Amino acid sequence: MTVTSWTFVMVGLSFALYIGVAIWSRARSTKEFYVAGGGVSPLANGMATAADWMSAASFISMAGLISFLGYDGSVYLMGWTGGYVLLALLLAPYLRKYGAFTVPDFVGDRYYSQAARMVAVICAIFVSFTYVGGQMRGVGIVFGRFLEVDIATGVYIGMGIVFFYAVLGGMKGITYTQVAQYCVLIFAYMVPAIFLSILITGNPIPQLGFGGVDQVSGVGVLERLNGLHQELGFAAYTGGTKSTLDVFFITAALMVGTAGLPHVIIRFYTVPRVRDARISAGWALVFIAILYTTAPAVAAFARTNLLNSVSDRPYAEVPEWFSKWEETGLIAFDDVNGDGRIQYVGPSAVDAAGAPIRNELTIDRDIMVLANPEIAGLPDWVVGLVAAGGLAAALSTAAGLLLVVSTAVSHDLLKRGIRPDITEKGELVAARVSAGAAVVVAGYLGIHPPGFVAEVVAFAFGLAASSFFPVIILGIFSRRTTREGAILGMVSGITLTAAYIVYFKFIDPAANNAAHWWFGISPEGIGTLGMAVNFLVTWSVSRVTPEPPPSVQVLVDLIRVPRGAGEAHEISA
Amino acid sequence: MADHSSGGSGGHGHVSVTDPEQRARREGYWKRNIKYLGILLGVWFLVSFGFGILWVEPLNSVTIPGTDFPLGFWFAQQGSIYVFVILIFVYVALMNRLDREFDVDEGDES
Repeated sequence: MTVTSWTFVMVGLSFALYIGVAIWSRARSTKEFYVAGGGVSPLANGMATAADWMSAASFISMAGLISFLGYDGSVYLMGWTGGYVLLALLLAPYLRKYGAFTVPDFVGDRYYSQAARMVAVICAIFVSFTYVGGQMRGVGIVFGRFLEVDIATGVYIGMGIVFFYAVLGGMKGITYTQVAQYCVLIFAYMVPAIFLSILITGNPIPQLGFGGVDQVSGVGVLERLNGLHQELGFAAYTGGTKSTLDVFFITAALMVGTAGLPHVIIRFYTVPRVRDARISAGWALVFIAILYTTAPAVAAFARTNLLNSVSDRPYAEVPEWFSKWEETGLIAFDDVNGDGRIQYVGPSAVDAAGAPIRNELTIDRDIMVLANPEIAGLPDWVVGLVAAGGLAAALSTAAGLLLVVSTAVSHDLLKRGIRPDITEKGELVAARVSAGAAVVVAGYLGIHPPGFVAEVVAFAFGLAASSFFPVIILGIFSRRTTREGAILGMVSGITLTAAYIVYFKFIDPAANNAAHWWFGISPEGIGTLGMAVNFLVTWSVSRVTPEPPPSVQVLVDLIRVPRGAGEAHEISA
Repeated sequence: MADHSSGGSGGHGHVSVTDPEQRARREGYWKRNIKYLGILLGVWFLVSFGFGILWVEPLNSVTIPGTDFPLGFWFAQQGSIYVFVILIFVYVALMNRLDREFDVDEGDES
C-alpha cells in the first residue's frame, strides 16, 4: 500500500473510533456515565484536558520549530507546561469551588458588573478565534500533503470536517471523544519517536536517546548537531539566538496564557470536588509531559536526519518525500549558483576561500513532524498514523474552542447579557451560527496566516495572559479588588498586547525586528508586559475606588475553602 | 446580613462566614496555603526561569554525567517539565492534608 492509502486507512479508523465513542456516550444515560456525585473522574478529565490542550501547534508545529530554533524553542516547552503549575495552584481549585460555567460568568459575578462580564466575553471570543486560526492551518497542512493538494484546498477540506464534526454533530460526550483522541495522538506521536530513537541512538526511550550517542558517528547526538550547525553556518543548536530577556518574556506569556485560556479553565468545572480539580490538573500535565518531553528529542533527530539527507545532495537525486512536499509549496529549492546541488546553509556560511555561500532551500517549519517518518525511511503505515494523530490534535482543540466561542455568544453575550428573554431554541441557533462563523474566520486565518502554527497560537496566549489571568488571580487573592479596577485592567492589558501584535505583524511587518521592539521584546512575548500592566492597573484602581459590596467579599471567603462545592457541570452544547 | 452558609457536598459541617471561630480557622488555613504557594512557586521559577533561562549559559558548561546533555539546555527542554509534574502532585498532597487539618475538606464520599 502507498503512503496515501495508509493515510486514508489510519484517518478513517481513527474517525470511526471517535464516532463510535460519541454514539456510545449518547446512548447511555448521563447518570450512568458520570461518577457518583456527578462529574467526570479526575483521570479521564486530565486526559481530555490534555487532548483539548495539545493542538496542531503541539503536535505538528512545535517539534519542527524547535528543530529549527534549537535552544530558543525551549520557550514553547517550558511555557506550555509551566502554565499548568499556575493553573493547579492558583486557579483550578477556586474556580471549581465557585462553580460558574464560564470564565465571563465568574468575572461578571465576582466583579458585580455587567460591563465586566461583557469585557470578559469579548476577550474570550478574541482569544479563541486567534487560537482556532492556528488549528486550521495545521489541518490544512495535513490534508495538503496527503491528498496532494495545495494548502488553501487543504484548509477548505479541514473547515468542512471541523464544521461537520463540531457544529452539526453537537458536542455531547465531548469529554470521552477527547479521551479517545488523546490515545490516538499520543500513540501516533510516540511510535515514530521511538523508531527514530532506536535508529539513531539504539535507545528506545527518546528522552534518553536525545542525550545519547549517535550510532553512525560515535559522537553525542547534540554534539554532532552542534558540529553540523557550525559547519553549515547556523547558530549552535544548544545555544540559540534570541536575547535572554525575550526568551524570558515569551516563556512567561505562554505560561500565564495557558492558565488564562477559557477552554482549558472550563474543564475544571466538570470534576466532582475541589480536590479532584487539583489532581486533575496534575494528571493533565502528566499526559502532556509525555509528548512535551518527547518533542525536543524528535526535534533533534529530525534536524540531524534533514541535514544528512538534503545538504549538498544533487537536486536530481532528491528522495520522494522531498518532491511530494515541493508540490504543496512548503519546500522550495532555488539553485542560485546553478551547480545542481542543494546548498542548505545558515547566515554565516562561507566556502573554503572565505566567500559567503547563499542558501538555496526554504523549508516550512510546520512540515517537520509530518515529513520526519518519511525522511527517516520509516514504514508507510507510520506516516499514515502521524497524519491521523495530527488531525486528532487539531480537531479536539478546535472542538473545545468552538464550544467556548458558542457558549460565549449564546450564554454570556445573549442570555446573561443583552437578550435575557431569548428562548432556548434561539440560544441553540445562536450557538450554532457563532460556531459556524468561527470556522469561517479560522479558515481565513489558516490560509493567510500571520506566522507558523505555533506562532499564531502564541499570540492567543499573549492575549489570554494580558486579559483574564490578572483579574481572576486578584479576584481570588485580594478581596479589595473592585469592578472598576478589573474592567480597566482587562481593557488596558489586552489593548496594549493586541495593538503591539497588530502593529508588528500587519501594519508594519518590515519593522518586526529587535531594533524596533520595545526593550527587545518580540510580539510573542508582549503578553507578559500586557499582563504586568493589567495587574498594576487593576490593583491601583481598586485602591482608589469604593470597596466591593459585602456579599462579594463573602463570596471570596467562601471560594477559598474547599468544603461546600456545588455539583459538577457537564460540558455540552 | 443573615448567616450565609451553604451545605457541603462532603456532608459533614457547614461553612459559615460570620462565626468567629470558623473565621479564624479559615484565616489560618489561608495563611498556610499562601506559604505553600510561595515555596512551590519559588521552585517553579527557579527550575524554569532560573536554570532554564537566566543561568542557562553557565550551567551549559556542565554536562550531565553519563549523557551528552549540557545541564542548562537539559533543564530548559526536559528537567523543568519533570519538576513541574512533581510540584503539582506535592501540592495536591500538601493541600489534602491541610484541608483535613483545618476541617475544611470535602469528606471521602462525593
